Amino acid sequence: MVTEVNLCGVRLANPVVPASGTFGFGLEMAGEYDINVLGGISLKGTTREARFGNECPRIAECPDGMINSVGLQNPGIDVLTSQKLPALRKVYSGAIIANISGFAPDEYRECCAKASAAPEVDIIEVNISCPNVHGGGLAFGTSAKAAAEITAIAKEVSDKPVFIKLSPNVTDIVEIARACEDAGADGLTLINTLLGMRIDIARRRPVVANRYGGFSGRAVFPVALRMVNQVAHACHIPVMGCGGVASAEDVIEMMMAGATAVQVGAENLRNPYVCKQIIEDLPGVMERLHIDDINEIIATV
Amino acid sequence: MKEVKFTVSSNVEIALNTWKMVLKGDTSAIKGSGQFVEISLPGFFLRRPISVNDATEGTLTLVYKVVGKGTDMMSGLSEGATLDILTGLGHGFHPEACATDALLLGGGVGTAPLYLLARELIAAGKAVTVVLGFNKSEEAMLVEDFKALGARVEIATMDGSLGTKGFVTDILAKGGIQYDHFYGCGPLPMLKAVCAGIEGKGEISLEERMGCGCGICYGCTCHTTEGPRRVCADGPVFDKEVIVW
Repeated sequence: MVTEVNLCGVRLANPVVPASGTFGFGLEMAGEYDINVLGGISLKGTTREARFGNECPRIAECPDGMINSVGLQNPGIDVLTSQKLPALRKVYSGAIIANISGFAPDEYRECCAKASAAPEVDIIEVNISCPNVHGGGLAFGTSAKAAAEITAIAKEVSDKPVFIKLSPNVTDIVEIARACEDAGADGLTLINTLLGMRIDIARRRPVVANRYGGFSGRAVFPVALRMVNQVAHACHIPVMGCGGVASAEDVIEMMMAGATAVQVGAENLRNPYVCKQIIEDLPGVMERLHIDDINEIIATV
Repeated sequence: MKEVKFTVSSNVEIALNTWKMVLKGDTSAIKGSGQFVEISLPGFFLRRPISVNDATEGTLTLVYKVVGKGTDMMSGLSEGATLDILTGLGHGFHPEACATDALLLGGGVGTAPLYLLARELIAAGKAVTVVLGFNKSEEAMLVEDFKALGARVEIATMDGSLGTKGFVTDILAKGGIQYDHFYGCGPLPMLKAVCAGIEGKGEISLEERMGCGCGICYGCTCHTTEGPRRVCADGPVFDKEVIVW
């Protein structure tokens, strides 16, 4: 039985990757189980300078999901490359995906160059879809022209495969995906969170301090699946499917929709062992569905 | 951190909207007072973080206030119900930081984790004074439990229906309490007022809306003099000096 997948020359022992922002910098869980079972790890979104992020509360409960407005808290790209990456590589031999965000094209240029130069990094994932910061992130992900511009910059300074992480908060995700592909993207990750809101009706104010936040969790799975399916059939580069994945069956479904690898996000927050459990469950589900090689199902629907 | 299936052995209302739930299961991951657990409840996406009121081998006691739909559901659970709980979360209090005399300051349901702390301190031969603040007498909790441990207990209520009328800080202002280390847990305004006026070294337990509870989502970060810190994984207990209010 084959579970190994290939992302632009990077081999993942299985398609399961914890999504950026839901697994810290990888090390946090290293003491809890052998993280080497993971196909890859997408690290917490990193910017040029250290960021506190948004004020708390940053979290709101939703039916079958949650809202977060963390706002890209991170220690900055230099701490990532000098401390976080070497520490993770000491205990983890799988694919390391550096997730890069920014507020200006130059910031993406500098961070992608530094991430590419880091020997521990296998893939660079460029986040142009963070809904939680003003004037950055999402602003680049909602315009095909800006998405292409950031893609071109990232490719220009990177020797590693560049995946662009797309926002679902757009009219036509295929247009953005194609613009990234045309600008040289090696792959695409989708979807980031859906912009959402909860109100505390007793206090008559938003639950999260930043007013709005990114909605994720099981509830978004059908939306993510649809967008992965649209993009996978419109583009010729690999897709990492992300959004509401909670089980080995969801991984299979996401791959049938068009994903080559599958990221698990918010589910990690309710069950920190879920990625390990999915990886353990995967062979049994494949056997039941008569799948010998997981690659044979990619984009078959 | 350990994921454990617990069985409810009792669940009773001990004060206004405040419940004590005793559970049976593996408590080996709980290292001491000030830690918390994350409870998975059917129909809710995120777990509920609840402080450890007491933990002995095989028995976990939680004291929680009904503040929303999740804790409301918890209050409806009867003996025999099973719960999926992540145990042993966070870094708790440091009873060893106290030399001889400890002062424990609790506000509302923030009183809950101080019980295990008091038990640890008294077992180590320290003298313990507990100062608790509540809105009204109906909300007062665990008072007899602290006394049974051998702690001296003083109470303040906002409406004056029990003990001193006013805040915990009004009792402190009267002076006369001997301590070399203090420990606090309660609403943020209370902790802020305490830390603004209190002398000496001490530590406080913060609370925040959490995502994961185990340090991977950065959903509960607070400001400290040492930079951003996660309440769930770096705390919830922090030294008084490092908190930036």
